[in-house]
Amino acid sequence: MSAQSLPQATSPTRRLPRINPVYVLVVALILAIIVMNPAFGEPTGYMNFLKRVTALAILSAGALYVIVSGGFDLSVGSIMTLTVIGSSMLASNDPNSTYWIIPLMLGIGAVIGLINGLVVSYLKVPSLIATLGMMITLNGVAFMWSGGAPRGYLPDTFRFFGRYNITDVPIISLLPIAVICLVVFGAILWWGMHRTNFGRMLHAVGDNQQAARLAGVPVERVRISAFVVSALTAVLAGVILGGRAGVSVDIGSGFELQAITAAVIGGAQLLGGRGSVPATIAGALALEAIFTLLNLLGLAQPVRLVVQGLILIGAVAFATYQRKRAGR
Amino acid sequence: MTDMPLPAKNPRRFRFERHASTILLLASVALYIALIIIMGQTRFLTLENLVAILSRSITLGITAIGQTFAILVASIDLSVASVISASAVVTSVVMNGNPAMMMPAVLAVLALGAVVGLLNGLVITKLEVNPLIATLGMSLIIQGVLSYYYNNFAGNVPVEFQIFAYGTLGIVPFSLIFMFVLAGCAWFVLRFSRFGSDVYSVGGNKDAARLAGIKTDRVVIRAHVICSLCAAIAGIYLASRLRSGAPWIGAEGVYDLESIAVVVIGGTVLAGGRGGIWGTMAGVIIFSLIDSIFNVAGVDAFVKQVLRGIIIVAAVAFYAARSKRPVA
Repeated sequence: MSAQSLPQATSPTRRLPRINPVYVLVVALILAIIVMNPAFGEPTGYMNFLKRVTALAILSAGALYVIVSGGFDLSVGSIMTLTVIGSSMLASNDPNSTYWIIPLMLGIGAVIGLINGLVVSYLKVPSLIATLGMMITLNGVAFMWSGGAPRGYLPDTFRFFGRYNITDVPIISLLPIAVICLVVFGAILWWGMHRTNFGRMLHAVGDNQQAARLAGVPVERVRISAFVVSALTAVLAGVILGGRAGVSVDIGSGFELQAITAAVIGGAQLLGGRGSVPATIAGALALEAIFTLLNLLGLAQPVRLVVQGLILIGAVAFATYQRKRAGR
Repeated sequence: MTDMPLPAKNPRRFRFERHASTILLLASVALYIALIIIMGQTRFLTLENLVAILSRSITLGITAIGQTFAILVASIDLSVASVISASAVVTSVVMNGNPAMMMPAVLAVLALGAVVGLLNGLVITKLEVNPLIATLGMSLIIQGVLSYYYNNFAGNVPVEFQIFAYGTLGIVPFSLIFMFVLAGCAWFVLRFSRFGSDVYSVGGNKDAARLAGIKTDRVVIRAHVICSLCAAIAGIYLASRLRSGAPWIGAEGVYDLESIAVVVIGGTVLAGGRGGIWGTMAGVIIFSLIDSIFNVAGVDAFVKQVLRGIIIVAAVAFYAARSKRPVA
């Protein structure tokens, strides 16, 4: 009888299953949107929402690789801009050009990621400075390439990924290609982060670089790969965003911070060691849902920046508070 | 006393880090003079032109003085660009062409700077948010509030106030004298005051400083207040020079990244605790020389931006590449 409290402590109903608060947040936000705007509950409503969020979601999941490895990648927005501008300049309205332009852009992205990674790993430049410098450089390159004003437009074959919907699908009636891209790339990024050795090494490097090195992790190679993944997803996000929104010179600006914000909302730990791809994608959904709500409330564009800044600081402060309370 | 040989392995060894900023400064002066002679444009080799070169980077110089404090305590401030925009706009809106409002405007801007610095410092020390994220978030908030109310040049600065930017003593502008006086004050504070030595202790090793009885949080907060105040003063100067303020002038000048870059070029270590004001001033002069080299060589504006990004990263790498410790 003296151990009466023991069975209670081990009973399976003792505690709710641990669930990342971000999923609750997304559901709550989406319910709020549906209440304010019932049309959102229709397939066209939520499918368009998903279509809008795809670029950011893929981008954030890629940026998470760098965050988990213990760095920041602020060059992703400018890579998106470069992708869109470069593609429109190269395409010169030729629909058959898409087949070589996208691989070429991915190649450029890989080189940019490689440079970021090499500069951070071997020249020991803090990733924030290295990628900010890359951002300035790439924005300059995009301007140079377009001569200040982008000419031409993206052919429909290129815009297919961001704009096209498959209609007459049973139950959901329409299915944007972008949503398929989100599922496919989200799954690939989830697999890479959570089901491979590379993902485990990524976590190890971000958690404690010295320990990882002593345990035999090729730290430099892992960090460089993280930057390459991030840059490649930025190119993909650029292709999708360009397809949806068309060509403009500042199309990618601001996305780098939105990606970090999404990862932070998803519970990723800045400076490395913790992060989840599905939670980050949910973070991107939450951020976009907040922006949608602000729109519905009739608040102007600049309010987004304020809200984003508050979320960024708030989420990091909350995470620190929780870690401290957990005694870690 | 200071020349007493320390028990180092080789006390005569040339201390590269100590002289690097001087070497870079001399190198860029030599490059500039060589370029002028090659181009046969010796008319640029005058005292007036030297003053003109220096006057071009007063905004950067004033901002960098503040940034030096933030970096010395092992923090960083990425909100300076939006503080510059905000204070330029507030200056010109409050003055609105009325000379009687000059003093209230300056006081309002200084109060704004102090509040932003205080908030940055409190978020970093009390909520333990990573300084990069705290100041990035603050930057978003300020930028959002600012562009909510203003989307173009607003207000105007009375002629009397433009003396700050355009008035000269002989051939030397007041503002240039002001910058060097400010640098002198900063040097005095860092070299001779108790706060100055606390800054170095906290930046060198925060835990050791705390154990030695230094109120580390207070030092970090003060450093951030100084940093934001300097950015606010830079904004006042910019309003006086442009005769009006606009919400994008800080971001356009990339003052956040450039101020960090000149501090680092000046030999202040990003990890904190080592460096000083005169190195930063050398860094500022190096940057204005590079700018003048571009102008003399007739480099295209977009190419200039590309080269600038590369130079910033290269400059940081120049110092960081030799460090052994891992970087974020």
